[in-house]
Amino acid sequence: MAPLDELKIGGMGASRRRVEDNRFIRGKGRYVDDIVLPGMLHVEILRSPVAHARIKSIDTSAAWEVPGVRLVMTGETMAARNLAWMPTLSYDTQAVLATDKVRFQGQEVAAVVADNPYIARDALDKIVVEYEQLPVIVNPIQAQSPDAPLIRDDKENQTSNKIFDWEIGDKEATDRAFAQADVVSKIDLHYPRSHPSPLETCGSIADYDRSSGKLTVYMTSQAPHIVRAAVAMVAELPEHMIRIISPDLGGGFGNKVPIYPGYVISILASILTERPVKWVEDKSSNLISTGFGRDVYLEGELALRKDGKILGMRMHTISDHGAFFADAQPTKFKIGLMHSAFACYDIPAAHLVSEGYYTNKAPGGVAYRCSFRVTEAMFFQERMVHAAANDLGMDQAEFRRVNLVGDDMFPYRTAFGFLTDSGQYGKCLDVGLEAIGYSTFKQEQEEARKRGKLLGIGISTMTEPLGAGNSREYDIIGIKMFDSAELRVHMTGKAILRTGAKTQGQGHETTWAQIVAHELGIPADDIVVEEGDTDTAPFGMGTYASRSTPVAGAAVAMASRKIRAKARKIAAHLLEVSEEDIEWELGRFYVRGNQERGVTIQDCALAAYSNVPDGLEPGLENTSYYDPPNLTWPFAAYFCKVEVDAQTGVWDVLNFVAVDDCGVRINPMIVEGQVMGGLTEAYAMANMQYITFDEEGNCIGANYMDYLIPTSWETPGFELHEVVTPCPHHPIGAKGVGECATVAGPAAFVNAVMNAIEHTGVRNVDMPLMPNRVYEALQTGKNISGMPPVLSD
Amino acid sequence: MYPSRFSYDAPTSVEEAVAILDQNGGEAKVLAGGQSLIPMLKLRFASPARVVDINGIPGLEYHSIDADGTLRIGALCRHEDLEFSTILGNFPTLAQAASLVADPIVRTRGTFVGSLCHADPQGDWSATMIALGGKIIAQGPNGRREIAASDFVLGPFVNALAFNEIAVEATVPPAKGKALGGYLKLERRVGDFATASVAVALDVDGDVVTRAGCALAGVGGRTIDANDAISVLVGKTLNEESIKEAAEAVAAAAEPRTDHRGSSSYKRHIVETFVTRILSNIANSEQKAA
Ligand SMILES: Cc1cc2nc3c(=O)[nH]c(=O)nc-3n(C[C@H](O)[C@H](O)[C@H](O)COP(=O)(O)OP(=O)(O)OC[C@H]3O[C@@H](n4cnc5c(N)ncnc54)[C@H](O)[C@@H]3O)c2cc1C
Repeated sequence: MAPLDELKIGGMGASRRRVEDNRFIRGKGRYVDDIVLPGMLHVEILRSPVAHARIKSIDTSAAWEVPGVRLVMTGETMAARNLAWMPTLSYDTQAVLATDKVRFQGQEVAAVVADNPYIARDALDKIVVEYEQLPVIVNPIQAQSPDAPLIRDDKENQTSNKIFDWEIGDKEATDRAFAQADVVSKIDLHYPRSHPSPLETCGSIADYDRSSGKLTVYMTSQAPHIVRAAVAMVAELPEHMIRIISPDLGGGFGNKVPIYPGYVISILASILTERPVKWVEDKSSNLISTGFGRDVYLEGELALRKDGKILGMRMHTISDHGAFFADAQPTKFKIGLMHSAFACYDIPAAHLVSEGYYTNKAPGGVAYRCSFRVTEAMFFQERMVHAAANDLGMDQAEFRRVNLVGDDMFPYRTAFGFLTDSGQYGKCLDVGLEAIGYSTFKQEQEEARKRGKLLGIGISTMTEPLGAGNSREYDIIGIKMFDSAELRVHMTGKAILRTGAKTQGQGHETTWAQIVAHELGIPADDIVVEEGDTDTAPFGMGTYASRSTPVAGAAVAMASRKIRAKARKIAAHLLEVSEEDIEWELGRFYVRGNQERGVTIQDCALAAYSNVPDGLEPGLENTSYYDPPNLTWPFAAYFCKVEVDAQTGVWDVLNFVAVDDCGVRINPMIVEGQVMGGLTEAYAMANMQYITFDEEGNCIGANYMDYLIPTSWETPGFELHEVVTPCPHHPIGAKGVGECATVAGPAAFVNAVMNAIEHTGVRNVDMPLMPNRVYEALQTGKNISGMPPVLSD
Repeated sequence: MYPSRFSYDAPTSVEEAVAILDQNGGEAKVLAGGQSLIPMLKLRFASPARVVDINGIPGLEYHSIDADGTLRIGALCRHEDLEFSTILGNFPTLAQAASLVADPIVRTRGTFVGSLCHADPQGDWSATMIALGGKIIAQGPNGRREIAASDFVLGPFVNALAFNEIAVEATVPPAKGKALGGYLKLERRVGDFATASVAVALDVDGDVVTRAGCALAGVGGRTIDANDAISVLVGKTLNEESIKEAAEAVAAAAEPRTDHRGSSSYKRHIVETFVTRILSNIANSEQKAA
């Protein structure tokens, strides 16, 4: 018998077409807003027009008069059920509907439930709210001031706007390293507030059935099981009476991890009206009120030896969390995994100090396509490295080569205590330098300059921690961060797989089946994958932080192996030999020494239901809960070449080379898609994207005319390369790739533009590098810092 | 994003549409491509009692050139029709602007005339029309009248139409001599409105400029009419000196404000740079042709 061809059955390494696309491109996806339940009502939310104000009164009487209005809710309605405030994922509280004050523009103040959304929207206009305006804080620097107004006067013992002080590393060893330095290089940056802005906004349909006591909620959630636990706690409903269904998601990028007031409002509205209640926010509401990303001031320095060796690193962050500390991140780490900065470099000593503040801005520092603040960490790292190489007068590639952790140094313990386990950093660097034509670039740049053209090249190299977590260190609101898979093989050898993750564009329905195909030899097309329904899926922590493949993907492999172990017993029974005499090849067991005599996995499946050996339970299903021994550490090396128009400050990407080592690639096509998508987002952040606020706390960036999403027209082309270093502890050697490009990408673009203009003496232009900012830097040779100004003169 | 209640009419003739506007005394709005009106309705920036959809009126999709060279653009001619037009050879300013208006999706629906009526200070077509000395033909209960493009835009989002008039056509006169021109726009992304943009249109006899037109978008509270400023070119040939003089004069006419797209001085600088680039491109290609 010829062995199965793994690529033909859609196993590992096959660029199998995404099965979910079949329904998406036909318009057959089923998103929350597509679901219509009998008797369903609609809720619209009234949001605060001001950023900080005491609510003096709310008059809803005229709204109640509008025909078709079923319920008008305010903070009082919520408070009567003890739901005016809800817990956040960072052990803070967040107002569901404001009772005392509004604390950011766009905060939820009241809600109308009506027969259709038009009526609900009309009735919103009839609600009269009297505000007494208070002074506004729009950045953490203002928040630090002793005379700053206290934003969270609702909290006992909260006497300032500070949320936390946090530090990690060895201060003394770092001080010693700086004392020995030949050169100290510094940089001071701001990573602007951005927004994941998924195409589908957030929404929910709550359906409370009083007769059974069961609450079903269709919800745009990346982590439905966490929501179920939270709803059980907040709404005091028994967990088995709560069913969260996350249907198709139109993107998430971290935005759909937190729990939002709209969800809670729809749930209470359904309980009160005993009708299903739908809430779907519009684009502006999504941009102004839901989980943003970044918004951190980063400064730091490197202690350097003349030969280029980094001796130590100091870093200080001041982060803006908005009015409620609602970051979605593991409990132990107040500023996420910021301390993963410099993990790819061999640095003996490091120290990080972080401060977090409340401001009058929307809450929810989510991990926008990154593993909890890793984007900020790596951006700081690569901008710092760029500045340090310049300060030493050293070549950018050479400086990295001197300091990157060598292949022979793994497992490597970073100065902040992470354990990186594998990689070929030098090789990735070489592949990229060759592809971008690095060796001839300097000459090219000089010649271009003679013709009045400004060329620049930028490098960004990094390893990032993915796959939170291992349960010793990683939990969210106390729930350990493992994940799960349940595989049921039917009688005919077809199967259904369910996991605790939740796909939102990553293509789990395609890739999970490929892992099963690899482990069992069942063709991927014979496996259906289901996620997102808490009544049917095994408990899991959901999908974000690139954790699906590292954690749930591992669980898929482990569940498959358990199935294989049982099938082996059945095979022995069918072949009438002892289990020890059975050999496995893809999709088939055979008798050792006689390859012709064998049974397929499908034969075993049939026997599991029809011819089970004595002493063995019938059926062929299993579940695996996987707790990873460590994080996974993919490596990315990105290279960008730009041309800057000196007269306008407009810059164009001439060439972009991305070398990714994400370990073993399950589906190369999907990996490439992930990298391209991430690079596009990185380009957006570097070039055009930010959410800023004027002095009064008005959000600038509340719609797609101001918050710019790049289109295929301006997005540059990307040249992709791969290096594969399998993860030593992951069952199939994969490391995860969903976020490498968003994380490492921005610094490559910025370093390239800076390289083109730093001959003027400018050291830094903060993102976004809009043409006017680049032009100003070129003209003045001065740094451009902070958010773009928004007030007119 | 749910608009207020409105009633909807779909007249099949201009006369019928005008009558509906007339009966509703300013409470009705014309719907052409809807690319500006629909967002305004959804955001409730506009809450008209009636929406008068003119898309069902036959015979307004055209753009054509008269025997004397006059370009006529009907009220339902879409941006896209102009982008892919083969008859704009004598209107380089329009031809260059056509692919810079909005994005490809918006261009399939949005209309040239609707864009003029919308009178957005950042709108591209108004700038080209002012530079070209075009006219808008309005039809009301008492018949038709012509309004010069320079007089059509009264302020931000305010045009010179009476409440009961419909803009049925835009016309652009032919150049006397050779038509040269160009359009440059600084945008942050496709589909973005102009941070600054410049429309230039010249009539040239031999190598002497006989008429010069210019208008700017994005650098003032309304479309900036810079026709006077660029008239320094009239009677001159394009050379480094005249180009510099014109660019400086046009930049001085801009009224930019500092905002998140850039400082006022940056925007003024962009205007100067773009005028220089358009005129230098013209001079270079003329030289090559000669
Ligand atoms: C995403 C996006 C990006 C855009 N980017 C740009 C850009 O870069 N540059 C740019 O110039 N424009 C841009 N626009 C606007 C676009 O060009 C619109 O198409 C144009 O402004 C209006 O044309 P319309 O036919 O869609 O008019 P509508 O939206 O139908 O109407 C606009 C206004 O004009 C009135 N009106 C329309 N036609 C007539 C008429 N014949 N008689 C009387 N009144 C009339 C309407 O009552 C309404 O008040 C953009 C629009 C969108 C949605």
